[in-house]
Amino acid sequence: MELDNRIRKLQDRLSYIRDIFGDKENANIALLQARLDEFLTQERGMSLADQMRHMAQLEDLFLFLEKKLDAQLTPMDRVRIVRHPARLCLKDILENVYDNYTEIGGQDEYSIDPSMLIARAYITRRVGKRVINQPVMVIGQEKGHGQEFRNGGSVKPWGNAKALHYMKVAETENIPIHSYVFTPGSYPIEDYPGAAQQIAKNLFEMASLRVPFVSVISEGGSGGAEAIALSDMRLMLSHGYYSVISPEGAAAIEAKTRQGERVAPELIAKCARQLKITAADNLAMGYVDKVIDEPPLGARVDHYDFYKTLRNEMIKATNQVILQVKGMKLFRSLALSERLARKGQAVDAEEVFVSWNLSSKARENLVWKRHQKFRRLAQTAYMDTRTFGEKVVGRFQGLAWAMNSYFRYEFLRKHQRKIKRLQEELEAEVHLVRNKVGKPIRAVMDKFAGGRPQTVSEEAKTSLTQLSKWDDKGGLSNGKWVYTSPKAKEDRTVTCPNAETHGCLDLWAPDLFGEYAGVCGYCGHHFTMEYQWYLHNVFDQGSIFEFNGQIESGNPLGYEGFDERVAEAKKKTGLKSACMTFESRIENLNLVVAMLVAPFRGGTVGAAEGEKFVRAVERARRKHYPLLAYVHGTAGIRIQEGTNGVIQMPRCTMAVQRYIADGGLYLVLYDTNSYAGPVASFLGCSPYQFSIRSANIGFAGPGVIKETTGVDIPPDYHQAHQALSRGHIQGIWDRREARKNITQALLTMGGRNLYYR
Amino acid sequence: MINVKELLEELKASPYELIDIVAPHTGVVEFAVKEPGLKVTGAHGAYREKPGTLIATLERERNKKPIRATLTGVVECFEAGLAGRFVEAGTKLATIRHYLTSKEVVDLILKKALFLFPAPERAKYYFIPEIDKKMRASGKNAVEVRDGMELLIMSRMKRETSLPYKGPDGKIYAVYFKLGENVDSGHPLIGVCPGDQLPLVQDVVNRVRSEWEEHE
Repeated sequence: MELDNRIRKLQDRLSYIRDIFGDKENANIALLQARLDEFLTQERGMSLADQMRHMAQLEDLFLFLEKKLDAQLTPMDRVRIVRHPARLCLKDILENVYDNYTEIGGQDEYSIDPSMLIARAYITRRVGKRVINQPVMVIGQEKGHGQEFRNGGSVKPWGNAKALHYMKVAETENIPIHSYVFTPGSYPIEDYPGAAQQIAKNLFEMASLRVPFVSVISEGGSGGAEAIALSDMRLMLSHGYYSVISPEGAAAIEAKTRQGERVAPELIAKCARQLKITAADNLAMGYVDKVIDEPPLGARVDHYDFYKTLRNEMIKATNQVILQVKGMKLFRSLALSERLARKGQAVDAEEVFVSWNLSSKARENLVWKRHQKFRRLAQTAYMDTRTFGEKVVGRFQGLAWAMNSYFRYEFLRKHQRKIKRLQEELEAEVHLVRNKVGKPIRAVMDKFAGGRPQTVSEEAKTSLTQLSKWDDKGGLSNGKWVYTSPKAKEDRTVTCPNAETHGCLDLWAPDLFGEYAGVCGYCGHHFTMEYQWYLHNVFDQGSIFEFNGQIESGNPLGYEGFDERVAEAKKKTGLKSACMTFESRIENLNLVVAMLVAPFRGGTVGAAEGEKFVRAVERARRKHYPLLAYVHGTAGIRIQEGTNGVIQMPRCTMAVQRYIADGGLYLVLYDTNSYAGPVASFLGCSPYQFSIRSANIGFAGPGVIKETTGVDIPPDYHQAHQALSRGHIQGIWDRREARKNITQALLTMGGRNLYYR
Repeated sequence: MINVKELLEELKASPYELIDIVAPHTGVVEFAVKEPGLKVTGAHGAYREKPGTLIATLERERNKKPIRATLTGVVECFEAGLAGRFVEAGTKLATIRHYLTSKEVVDLILKKALFLFPAPERAKYYFIPEIDKKMRASGKNAVEVRDGMELLIMSRMKRETSLPYKGPDGKIYAVYFKLGENVDSGHPLIGVCPGDQLPLVQDVVNRVRSEWEEHE
C-alpha cells in the first residue's frame, strides 16, 4: 500500500514535469520515465526489501534530476508552473502558514467574486514564555487548483472593490495586511465600478494606507496584480512571474494577429524571455524586495517545508516594515537584517517579537516611507540627457519653489486669512449697528428731502443679475482658430460615421477641420484632432513652457529591435517621449500640464513617461499650481519596457495621491482612445475626469474582451457617453468649449491649496 | 379584405425580393463586384457591427464612399456600363436578389392580414380580468374585439390605467407581450384578424412554417 502510494506520487511528479516542460525533448525526463517504467516492470519479481531499496533510489534520482531540471527552466516554463493546477493556492497558504483564519464574504462559489479571497487570519507563536496572537488581514486572488468559478484568479471589478473595503477595515483595526498575488490579470469588464477605475481607486487608497502592508507575488499579471500589491515590502516566489502583460498577449501584439488566430509558441517563449518577467529579473531591477526560494520546479500543495519558510518570511517582512518606523528597535532590527541572513547567522523570525500595533506618528511615517520607496524606483530605466550641472540646478530650483510657495501661499496666507476673517466679522458688526442706529435718522432725512430715489450702478446691476457673461468666441481669435489642422488643407469632403442614422450631409474638410474644429455640424460627432490643436487653441497664446524635455524614452530591457522603433517614433513626432510636460496659462491662470501624445507609440507609458509625469505632479505641488493631465491618447503601459512600465502605475498614482492630499486640483481630460494601465492608475484615480466627445475610455479593447470573456461587445461599448453612464467619468465636453470648461473647472473645483485661491 | 391564398401563391412564384442599390448622391462609380451571381451579406453580427459586402464605391469631391449590400442574397445584376462614370443621385447601380426566409414570409402575410395594436408607452400590460378568463378558458382566438372596447390594463410604476382597444373589429390572432414584462412604446401588443379570415390565416401560416423551402 505504501509502495503504491509512493509509485503514484512519482508518477504525479513525472506528469507534472512533462506539463511544465511542454513538448520539449529532454534527456533527463526521458531517463526518469525509463527508470520508472523499468521499476514498474521489475517490481513484481522483487522481494519487498528490494522493492523499497529500489524505490528509495528512484526517489533520490527524481530529487536529483528535478534539481537539474530546475536549472534549465525558461521563463515560459515558469509561466506554466504558476498556472499549473498543482501549484499552491491562497487557501493552502491560509491553511498552512497561518494558525487560524476565517474567510470573509465567501464560501467557494458563493462569493461576490470567488477569485478574490479575503480572510481574517492569526499568527500564533510562543516567544519566551508568552503566547502571542497577531492578527492580519489576508487578501489575495484564489486560483482554486483550476476550479472553474475562480476564473483562474482573474478578478472582476467588484472583487477588487471588496479587497479595498477590507484594506480599509484593516486600517481601522490597525492590523497589518498580507496580500498574495495569484492573477494572470484583471477580468476586463466595464460594468460599474469598472475594471480600470477600480484598480485606480485601489492604488490611490493603498498609497495612503496607514498600516504595514506586505505582498507576495506568485503570478503577477499587470493591473490585476497592482490592485493589491502597492505595499511596503514586495516579496516574490522564486518560480513566479511578474509582468506587464501575459507572454501570450505580448506575442499577439508583436505578431499583430487578428482575433482568434494562434500565435507560434516560439514567439510566446521569446516574448516571455524578453519581457524579463522572472523573480530574479525583477529583483535585479528593484521591483521586488526579496525572492523566497521555492523547492525545485516550484512549490506545490504538499511541499510542507515551504509553508514554514513562507511563514517565516512573512513574519520577518512584517517585522522589518514595522521596525523601519518604530522607535525602539536596535537589536531586533539587527537580528532580522539581511546581512546576517546572508552569512547564515539570522535568528529565526518566529523568535523575534515585534508588536504589530503602530502609533499614529509611526503610521504617518510608514506612508511617507512607502512613497519614498516607490519614488526611487525605475530611475535607470529612462534616458536623461541633462548634464550633471543641470541636474543639480534642477534639484535646487525645486527646493526653492517649495520654499517660496510655502512662504507665500501657506505661511503668509494662514495669517492673512485670520486677519481677513476678523475684518469680515468687524464689518458685519458695524453694518448691523449702522443699520439699526441710522434707520430713524435716515427716515427723518428722507421725509424732509421728499423721498430720494435709490440708485444702483450699472456694474452692480450686471453683477447681481448676470452670473456669467456668454462669450461666444470660445477659443476663436477673430472668428478663426489660432491653429488649423493640416487636415483642413485638403480639398475634399468627409462623411460623418453617423450619416446613415442621423442623415448628416458630407462636410467639406476645410470647414470641418477648420472652423468646426472637427465637429460634425449636423450630429455633433467629434472627429479626432491632433494634440497640437489643443496646445494652441486651449491654452493662452505663447504661454507654453516645456520642462523635463531631456528625459527620453529608451529600451531598458534591451528588447530586440525596440531601439529602432523608439528612434523612429522620435523622428516621426519630433518628441522625445509620449509624455510632454509643460507649464501654461488659461485665462491667465497658471497650471502644470502633463500630456500623453497618441502618435508617439500609441501614447504608451514607459519609465520616461512615468518619471516625467511624477515630476510634473511634484512641480505642481511645489508651486501650488493646478494639474491637468490631458490624454490625447494612450494605449496603456508600454509592453516592451516590461515591469519598468507597469511600476509607473503605483509610482504615478502615489505622486497624484500626495498632490491631492496636499490640496491640489487634479483634472483629467481624455480625448481620443484611453485604455489600460494609465486609466487603471494615475488617470482613473482623479475625482475630476472629463472627456471630449471623441473619446473612448476603458480597460481592455474589444478584441481582448472577446478573447478573455468570450462575449461580443457593442461597438460603442467604450464611448465616452457609456463611460459617463457607468460613472467612470464626470462629464463630457464639446471640443470647442474645452478652454471655457477647463477655466470653469480651475475656478470652481477641488484644491484648497492652490496659489490663486 | 385581402386574399391570403393569392398572396401566398404570389410569394411562392417568386420567393425572393429584388433590392435595388442606388447611388445616394452624385459621384463617380467604381464597382467592387466583378460579375453577377456573387453571394453578398448585409450588415451582421450581434450588434450589426460587421458591415455588409462592398458592392461599389462612389467618389465625390475626393471622398470615396463605400456602397454596401443591405441584405443577404446574390447580385442579380450590376450596371457595369457605369463603371468609372459620373452618375446622378438615385441611379440604380446594382440589384440584389434576396431570398425570403419562412419567417419573413410569415411576417409579410401577417403584416397584410393583421391589424397590430401598438403599446402607447413603455409599461407592463395585462388583459382585463373578464377577457383574461375567457382567453384561459377558450383560447385567445375566442376573443372578439370591437373599437372602443375595454381590453387591456396598462401598469406603470404601480399606477394602473385601462386601455381601450382602437382599431378594426375582429378576433385576436396573436398576443405579443408576456405577463409582467415591459413593452416598449410602439411595439405591438396584439394582432387582430377579421373574424372570417382567421382559420385561413392560421392555415397559411402553418403551411409556410412547415413547407417553405429555405434558399441557401
